[in-house]
Amino acid sequence: MAAQPHGLIATFETTPDLYHAAEQVRDAGYRHWDCITPFPVHGLDKAMGLKRSIVPRISLAGGITGFITGMTLIWWTGEVDYPLIVGGKPMFSPMFAFPVSYELTILFTAFATIIGMLVVNGLPRHYHPVLKYDHIVRGMDDTFFIVIESRDPRFNLANTKALLEKAGGKAITELEP
Amino acid sequence: MSHASEHAADAPAILREVKPAVLPRAVLVENNRSFSWITEKICGIIEGKTPTWWWVCFILACFVASFTVAGLTYLVATGVGVWGHANPVNWAWDIVNFVFWIGIGHAGTLISAILCLLRQKWRTSINRAAEAMTIFAVVCAAIFPVFHVGRIWYAWFLFPIPNSNIIWQNFRSPLEWDVFAVSTYGTVSVLFWYVGLIPDLAVLRDRFFATGNKFRSFLYGLFALGWRGSNRHWSNYEMAYLILAGVSTPLVLSVHTIVSFDFAVSLIPGWHTTIFPPYFVAGAIFSGFGMVMTLMLPLRAIYGLKDLITQYHIDCMCKITLATGTIVGYAYGMEFFIAWYSGNPYEGFAFINRAFGHYSWAYWIMISCNVITPQFFWFKAVRENTALVWVLSIFVNVGMWFERFVIIVTSLARDFLPSSWGYYSPSVVEIFTFFGTFGVFSVLFLLFIRFLPIMPMAELKAVTPQADVHGHGGTTGHGAAEVQQAH
Repeated sequence: MAAQPHGLIATFETTPDLYHAAEQVRDAGYRHWDCITPFPVHGLDKAMGLKRSIVPRISLAGGITGFITGMTLIWWTGEVDYPLIVGGKPMFSPMFAFPVSYELTILFTAFATIIGMLVVNGLPRHYHPVLKYDHIVRGMDDTFFIVIESRDPRFNLANTKALLEKAGGKAITELEP
Repeated sequence: MSHASEHAADAPAILREVKPAVLPRAVLVENNRSFSWITEKICGIIEGKTPTWWWVCFILACFVASFTVAGLTYLVATGVGVWGHANPVNWAWDIVNFVFWIGIGHAGTLISAILCLLRQKWRTSINRAAEAMTIFAVVCAAIFPVFHVGRIWYAWFLFPIPNSNIIWQNFRSPLEWDVFAVSTYGTVSVLFWYVGLIPDLAVLRDRFFATGNKFRSFLYGLFALGWRGSNRHWSNYEMAYLILAGVSTPLVLSVHTIVSFDFAVSLIPGWHTTIFPPYFVAGAIFSGFGMVMTLMLPLRAIYGLKDLITQYHIDCMCKITLATGTIVGYAYGMEFFIAWYSGNPYEGFAFINRAFGHYSWAYWIMISCNVITPQFFWFKAVRENTALVWVLSIFVNVGMWFERFVIIVTSLARDFLPSSWGYYSPSVVEIFTFFGTFGVFSVLFLLFIRFLPIMPMAELKAVTPQADVHGHGGTTGHGAAEVQQAH
């Protein structure tokens, strides 16, 4: 027996077709499935039933870390490790420490956001079955795909194929694992 | 337009009676172009043969850049005295050029971040190139302060890294704030630009793979990080992009604010003014938009991108230039007013000296270029004359360089004591080094337009009418005008 395919991929020509098909797949109760689109399709998250991204929480943690790092760095270097009077100014004051802490808040937020986004998405990734699909180049260009993975408990080659056909999917193909 | 008809049924009765006018949306991609047209157009630039003009420009740019390399080599080999700085003008072209280049970069971040938050969709066709401009401008800017330290191999003393002197950096100084501001700005600009590139690099990866160019497919694939256009990824990606835009906005405002602190926190008459932060930020955006137009208008003509950078885009850029130029003009006037109103004789003298002293030539060049030039953009006929817009954008660049020169040099050359007054002229090494930075910038920019997608394909597709999931844009690529008739 051939190895279990990664899943089924169906092609949709337009965004409204994809949108309505995504609603049907969502309502059929699938969980391990995805839409492949060349650009972020507005409203598709809702049609897929996706929750709000958790990236902002990671960003917030990064920002707080950055601010604390800045304040601590300036306090420790100026007040603790090597106190040096310059221009009669205090050894430490949050006033003059603010600009640097502010910049570090932004710097750490940016790194946390990007690293967080990549980790949540499981990127970088060397191999993925979807990228082996012959027509993936068009999925990066002007067509849209829905992939339902075989690891989904509701996956059944015949039924899933029927669902995708009913939803208007064309060229339904099994993906190599 | 679509929303007005959609919600007609549940709208208040009054709306059904008065029938408010439906405003047409501006068309951002003209001539009903399809998704694949956009891909072909932008990837075609990279996949096509290198045009002859590119090689001509590239060689010319390399030649110009060699002036910077030569100037810096001579400086490192001899000492920082090869620049024309001497008491009392110990800051001159180096900081002028630094502020000039940093300011140019700011328009890139403004377009990519602030306009993103304000949902100005017209930004999509120019944001990639503008962000590239930001990064290359920061590279050019960084050359000057880094080499001004003289012994360049000690430049790492700027950062809080433990060293054998045990002493730490002076965090009470705005110059140290500037180190953090500019290095954060450079880093975040690169990250923001790169995140925007990931989906487009994936497009190139798959296109090169399909045409059998394994090597380039591998290279683009390496940086595309395995992107596959999954909507679960797009969801996180869009959120991350929004947050980056959100943090870049206060960043761009803070960077030029901190740059202005370099001057405003000192006690020199002509520098010690509270108007500096907003005035510098407005000036930076003004000069940046000048540079964006200087770069984008020729690109638009050469690559035939008139459907993507439409007259509407040029209008928007001209209007922002007009607005920020007028703010800058207001700041010039207000500086004079405050110099008089404060009753401070040093401050008053500094400004009279600017306008009528030894450097008055520079002052009047600045006024003509920065205050008068943008006023032409009030006229539609001017905004629609692309060649004229381009010429005016060059005047803006020149004017903003002179603004920094006037602020920095006139104030230092005539400070408190007449016995210490002086007159500064740049040395030939300084002139060469600055001239060469235009070559450095051009080399980087030419490499960018040859090897990377100059417009964000994914974002452009998302603003076309046919991207609308409710079919309001029509499914065959109908433009907004037809849709409006349909409703």
